[in-house]
Amino acid sequence: MKIFLMPSDAGRAHRRAWLRRVFPSLGHKFRLAAPAALRPDLGGGFWLLALLLLLSAPAFAQIGDTTYRLRDPEQETRAREIGKELRCLVCQNQSIEDSDAPLARDLRRIVREQVELGASNELVIRFVHERYGDFVLLRPPFRWSTLLLWATPALALLGGIFAIWRSRRQANTTGIGPLELTEAERKRLAILQGDQKA
Amino acid sequence: MSEVAKAGPKPSRRKLLVYAPLGVAAAAGLGFWAMLRGLQDGSFNPRGVPSALLGKPPPDFALPALESSGLPALASADFRGMPGPVVVNFWASWCPPCIIEHPHLMALQRQGVPVWGVNYKDRARDAQAFLTRHGNPYARLGVDKPGRVAIDWGVYGVPETYILDRNGIIRWRFAGAITPELMAQDIQPLIRRLSAR
Amino acid sequence: MIPELGHFALILAAMLAITQSILPLWGAQRGDARLMGSAAPLAVAGFVAITISFAALIWAYVTNDMTVVNVVANSHSAKPMLFKITGVWGNHEGSLILWVMVLAGCSAAVAAFGAALPSALQARVQAVMGMILLGFLAFIIFTSNPFERIWPPPPDGQGLNPLLQDIGLAIHPPLLYVGYVGYAVTFAFAVAALIEGRVDAAWGRWVRPWSLAAWAFLTMGISIGSWWAYYELGWGGYWFWDPVENASLLPWLAGTALLHSAIVVEKREALKIWTVLLALMAFTLSLLGAFLVRSGVLNSVHSFASDPARGLFILGLLGIYVTGAFALFAWRAPSMAPAGVFAPISREGGIVLNNLLLCSITAVVLVGTLYPLFLDLLTGQMISVGPPFFNAATAPLALPLVMGMAVGPMLAWKRANLWPVLQRLWWVACMALLAFILTLTFAGWHVLSALGFACAFWLICGAAADIADRAGVGRTSLRNALNRARHLPRAAWGAAIAHAGMGVTILGVAGMGLAVEKLVAVPPGGSTQFAGYEWRLEGVRDFIGPNFTARKATITVLRDGRVVHVMEPSKRYFPTGRMTTTEASIRTSVAGDLYAVLGEERANEAGVNEAVLRLHNNPLAPWIWIGAGIMALGAAFSLSDRRIRIAAPARRRKDAEAEASA
Repeated sequence: MKIFLMPSDAGRAHRRAWLRRVFPSLGHKFRLAAPAALRPDLGGGFWLLALLLLLSAPAFAQIGDTTYRLRDPEQETRAREIGKELRCLVCQNQSIEDSDAPLARDLRRIVREQVELGASNELVIRFVHERYGDFVLLRPPFRWSTLLLWATPALALLGGIFAIWRSRRQANTTGIGPLELTEAERKRLAILQGDQKA
Repeated sequence: MSEVAKAGPKPSRRKLLVYAPLGVAAAAGLGFWAMLRGLQDGSFNPRGVPSALLGKPPPDFALPALESSGLPALASADFRGMPGPVVVNFWASWCPPCIIEHPHLMALQRQGVPVWGVNYKDRARDAQAFLTRHGNPYARLGVDKPGRVAIDWGVYGVPETYILDRNGIIRWRFAGAITPELMAQDIQPLIRRLSAR
Repeated sequence: MIPELGHFALILAAMLAITQSILPLWGAQRGDARLMGSAAPLAVAGFVAITISFAALIWAYVTNDMTVVNVVANSHSAKPMLFKITGVWGNHEGSLILWVMVLAGCSAAVAAFGAALPSALQARVQAVMGMILLGFLAFIIFTSNPFERIWPPPPDGQGLNPLLQDIGLAIHPPLLYVGYVGYAVTFAFAVAALIEGRVDAAWGRWVRPWSLAAWAFLTMGISIGSWWAYYELGWGGYWFWDPVENASLLPWLAGTALLHSAIVVEKREALKIWTVLLALMAFTLSLLGAFLVRSGVLNSVHSFASDPARGLFILGLLGIYVTGAFALFAWRAPSMAPAGVFAPISREGGIVLNNLLLCSITAVVLVGTLYPLFLDLLTGQMISVGPPFFNAATAPLALPLVMGMAVGPMLAWKRANLWPVLQRLWWVACMALLAFILTLTFAGWHVLSALGFACAFWLICGAAADIADRAGVGRTSLRNALNRARHLPRAAWGAAIAHAGMGVTILGVAGMGLAVEKLVAVPPGGSTQFAGYEWRLEGVRDFIGPNFTARKATITVLRDGRVVHVMEPSKRYFPTGRMTTTEASIRTSVAGDLYAVLGEERANEAGVNEAVLRLHNNPLAPWIWIGAGIMALGAAFSLSDRRIRIAAPARRRKDAEAEASA
């Protein structure tokens, strides 16, 4: 079976020696280094890779039971909502609901346990926030340092409106002509519009 | 923008607005340049997330000891009234980077720095075999089989290392395997400083 | 030998690019027709040289030439042939070659179809293209040479990341790159216009097809990337607001704004300065994306693998192109006289609103993507900006945009009355309201999804109302109206189709808002009820693929005891990369996707072996990507418009070719 051609021990040694020569600084890390070169600027999510390679998973299941779900569907929905707000810290940009990393599993479990005990969404999120800091919140908290971030939609909109207003005023004052159409123009326009509405 | 204002003798407002894209692009470019420089010398590291517990005492916990190791267990009460700084290390036998950093922990122990361990999601047998094979740097060892206490500490994964001062306040945290550079540049100076006080 | 040939061709292309960026420009300044005429042949020659280089790299992959470092690091002899070829652009160096090849191809296309362009404009556009080409060729040659050799060769390669061993890699990056690079052409046109100090309707007519084509490809590229993530990552998600995704969305947003404002330039000679700025921004943002992804500032989990020298090189290139262009803009833009006055309520006014909202969304996505980096740089604080932020910050801007999308195309140019248009849209509003109420009634309290359905129907019916109105339905006989509809300008059809396509995409997104999932452990032979179906796990077996082993589950999906579908999700193990991937099994229908993922296998408390299954019911999911396809189709329709074809009046014979390029 050619398919499962794994390097023989001799081949492996040769390969290792070769790697050490080409990538002296990386040494044993080379296997981890290769995937980074495999990340062209594609829109897809290649961070999954990072997760698969950088984590050592324990050999047996602990609190991260993959099937742990709350019986009450309303509570389960709430737990999912909370989970979507929390970042899987060891992944690149996933929420704990979208990751199979051991830490994400543990946090999913903890979120569900607290929801089951009746904790509010804010309380559960605060529990995790206290332990893992701002970085765990996918929705950045409001504070001075994030003011500009949260104000961006309003600032962009207002800035745009201001620019439009100014350029219109300028166009008006530089005397390109009145905006109002004459009666004759209006009639002609109506005819033209009726004919070709391209 | 003051620089831009000097561009013409009497720039109209309209002129200022057309400089805006240039200004934004230049500022962003400078920022990116600083980031790349920081990446090179290590001062900018998007990976180095600071612990939320820096400057705070560790959470309340009491972990059982590793049976058969004969080492005392670890609890939050142990951090009260210590003679000097202490290193707390989260590890597991199934984690290859833990083997890589192990000699540094041994070195700290030989140096007389107390190293306390938390064995994370591990089998007792495997953990004991690991210590027998690679040596035991730990003066105390708590077993966190479900991984709950680790989450209370804000641990990402193993290995992870904390340094606490004599008052039991967390002063430093590193997620990942300790490297010789880290030992020389961060850990040793900090321990010296904390011991001196 | 072949790799050296490729390397040589690359250097030759760089030499040609130097010539291309100097001679035509000089000729245009001096009015020397011969020098200006050199632009077209140089562009074609450069394209040929880079194609040879690309072919040489493909050759090295196909023949498993393990003396080439790039092949060693990214390929493996046991890989299927398709993935050996697509693996060429599955890595940094190879994807750059593809990038410059597409760029040179665009340059050659400008030469081929631009014979009717004023020769000075053609020469300047080609010179700018040559400069961009030169920068990226230098980047490849000095920092990312894919033809580097190694001796002695290792026994075999490192293999390609299994996630990339997929048909998605074959089509997604090339489409995306055509989109990114297409904006280089509009960028070059904008710079040329700034040098000439003149923007007129003819300029708008030249820029529009390029912005349309780039937009169509980018739309397809992004949507296929999203679809790929949907089926390959196995979480049922299709958009994660990941920085890498945002990097592709930014030029799309700016490009969409450009697409619309270029119409105003062409028709009314208004918004000229603004359109030039948008053309500069669209390409700036696509370069920014390349910088973010390739420099290592974003994904620094792999910081040991990213080479800061590369980042600095790209930043340098960006600095030259972007600050150069914006400085030129600041210098020349004030001299361009504004023209084409219009009332706030008019087609132009509608497009201004479109641009305002699209640019605000662009700003939100841009700031959201870069904010954590800059905050870390300035203060050392680490924050995350994720989907909850982007959803909350873009939705209030997207909603009025969607509402305007149905109204805008029905407004008259220059000055319009809003009221008659709204009267013609009343039934559309009723449909939207009906969709909103029906969703809330039958799907439960999902306000956002209901709003999404309302928007979808508003857009789809609005597009129909637009065409009906233009055809004169209700004002003339049905036959007459049908006849008129047939002879409407293709651009009008294109706009309606693209807007309806957006509606279809929103339909899918709203449907996904109602998605449900179930995580369950089932023993072989056991079954579970989910989404109105019975899912029976027949068994899990070993499976051997060309370069992987797998565990494959067979799940029979039944409804009322009848077999609806047999699903075979699997987990693959790739020995070369020592990686495991999950292959979701998806059953697609018009109503949505049933999606099954195989998780771990384990023994339960009773000692019975069970397989963990994750089952998803994703209503209307396929319409997300079908809608994107419809949008691209709309762009293709617009491209085939007579106005765009006759933009080359001097060379009528070339029309057929120009159309073929569309």
